[in-house]
Amino acid sequence: MATIAVDPREDYLLRLGDDALVLGQRVSEWCGHGPVLEVDISLANLALDLIGQATLLLDEAGDGDQLAFHRDVLDFRNCLLVEQPNGDFAQTIARHLLYTTWQHMLLQRLQQSSDKFLSEFAHKAVKEVAYHRDLASEWTIRLGDGTEESARRMAEGLAWNWRLIPELFEVDDAMQAAIDSGIAPDPREFEEEYRAAIASVLAEARLEPPADQRPILGGRRGHHSEHLGHLLAVMQFLPRTYPDAKW
Amino acid sequence: MYTTELQKTGKIENLEDPQLLDAFEARVAADEFIEPKDWMPEAYRRTLTRQISQHAHSEIVGMLPEGNWITRAPSLRRKAILLAKVQDEAGHGLYLYCAAETLGTSREQMVEALHSGKAKYSTIFNYPTLTWADIGAIGWLVDGAAIMNQVPLQRTSYGPYARAMVRICKEESFHQRQGYEIMIAMANGTPEQKRMAQDALDRWWWPSLMMFGPPDENSPNTAQSMRWRIKRDTNDELRQKFVDVTVPQAEFLGLTVPDPDLAWNEEKGGYDFGEIDWEEFYAVVRGEGPVAKERMKARREAWDDGAWVREAADAHEAKRKQRKAA
Ligand SMILES: [Fe+2]
Ligand SMILES: [Fe+2]
Ligand SMILES: [Fe+2]
Repeated sequence: MATIAVDPREDYLLRLGDDALVLGQRVSEWCGHGPVLEVDISLANLALDLIGQATLLLDEAGDGDQLAFHRDVLDFRNCLLVEQPNGDFAQTIARHLLYTTWQHMLLQRLQQSSDKFLSEFAHKAVKEVAYHRDLASEWTIRLGDGTEESARRMAEGLAWNWRLIPELFEVDDAMQAAIDSGIAPDPREFEEEYRAAIASVLAEARLEPPADQRPILGGRRGHHSEHLGHLLAVMQFLPRTYPDAKW
Repeated sequence: MYTTELQKTGKIENLEDPQLLDAFEARVAADEFIEPKDWMPEAYRRTLTRQISQHAHSEIVGMLPEGNWITRAPSLRRKAILLAKVQDEAGHGLYLYCAAETLGTSREQMVEALHSGKAKYSTIFNYPTLTWADIGAIGWLVDGAAIMNQVPLQRTSYGPYARAMVRICKEESFHQRQGYEIMIAMANGTPEQKRMAQDALDRWWWPSLMMFGPPDENSPNTAQSMRWRIKRDTNDELRQKFVDVTVPQAEFLGLTVPDPDLAWNEEKGGYDFGEIDWEEFYAVVRGEGPVAKERMKARREAWDDGAWVREAADAHEAKRKQRKAA
């Protein structure tokens, strides 16, 4: 167990907040480089929503900017999926499909959280995330059922991210404490629904689901992939270089 | 400026029906809007297509210098504002490509003209963004200059262009305010921040003045464009207006405008300012700006790397239609 967040509520806020921050940062890397102008605009939309969600969650957990820009890898609580590199457009879409399908199911349930802030947050974010999930599903279908090349790339993107799905449903002690206190839904309750939802998108995309792979875990406890350190180095460089500056 | 004519116009032969031409000129002179289905002289169509597509290209290439700082924005709030801004610019590009398409050139053709180097875009985006203060300076100066040029274009003679400009101008004022707000924070910040702010002004001042295009005596098509109401003020008039508005803003920030010849002229009620380095301007127009190669490489790569995505979307659409028909 890491040392920074012992309070289950704070830990839970960091998990959701860091997911949104890290995924938002990743998606924003596309800005200006999308395959077509309309996609550039959609991707910027996703990034904006995610940075907005991160701001709400991290400000609730403490000082949002302090948390975003002055923590190191071991204290980040995001899942491994969101920190994966963008790769090509298909890999980005695969990551977004797998994460936002989960996030949407979570937020639907989080609306009933006993915690007033989390419930209100979920009411607001669930609409945004429904749009994200739809966008990712539509692109998965277009690419899967497009050309031979796009189908191959889409399959590769899914294969890259597939091993990171089990972490989304992992319940460790901190998570169990959040569930027991009534603030967080138990993700295991919707794992089957999740698997079915992904399977149905893939069927429409005429893609085979990748074979299940050995789960990779650890992000929720600060044990990340090598990718996160580089993402943080870029994101945090200004506030860390000039700690006294106000921007 | 985004819309200053940067490409040479070939000599335009006047083979139009004089009666249609007279009627057209009269409508324009009466400040009526010309719509896509209306008759228009070929030269008007060509000049407008070039102007609007150049403006669209400027919006798109302009995403790159600022996009360079999205991942490094120093606070969550600044990151969200910058993302929204760059997204707005993409939207501007989209409206403008659509407006230009109503004149009969496809977006694909326009993009190809950009990538081949045939079409131009604003010279300003060929300069690098080195520090966070550059994001402030661009909003303040570059969007500021864009507004100065574009507000009059809300009354330009071509309907779709004028309407695009109305939407765009609203957002540009927001960009300008956000940029200036960054400059205020930097200019009143730590010594390091002040240094970045002054350095940004030093580097962006002259290129911003160049945005208004060549001096009037070297802008041969201005008269024609003004008669057609696709330009409403001359380059030098707009440049003067920009200097007059911007110098007091620099003073408020406590920053020094990098021009020893800058002085208030009581008689003309405006500032006198130093000679612009026109050699540099024309070099940048030719594609020799400091980061011109980087900008074009980024645009071409995005387009080429995205080809399989666009093909897939088309292929999927075709399959869907086929299945529906079957
Ligand atoms: Fe713009
Ligand atoms: Fe503009
Ligand atoms: Fe702008």
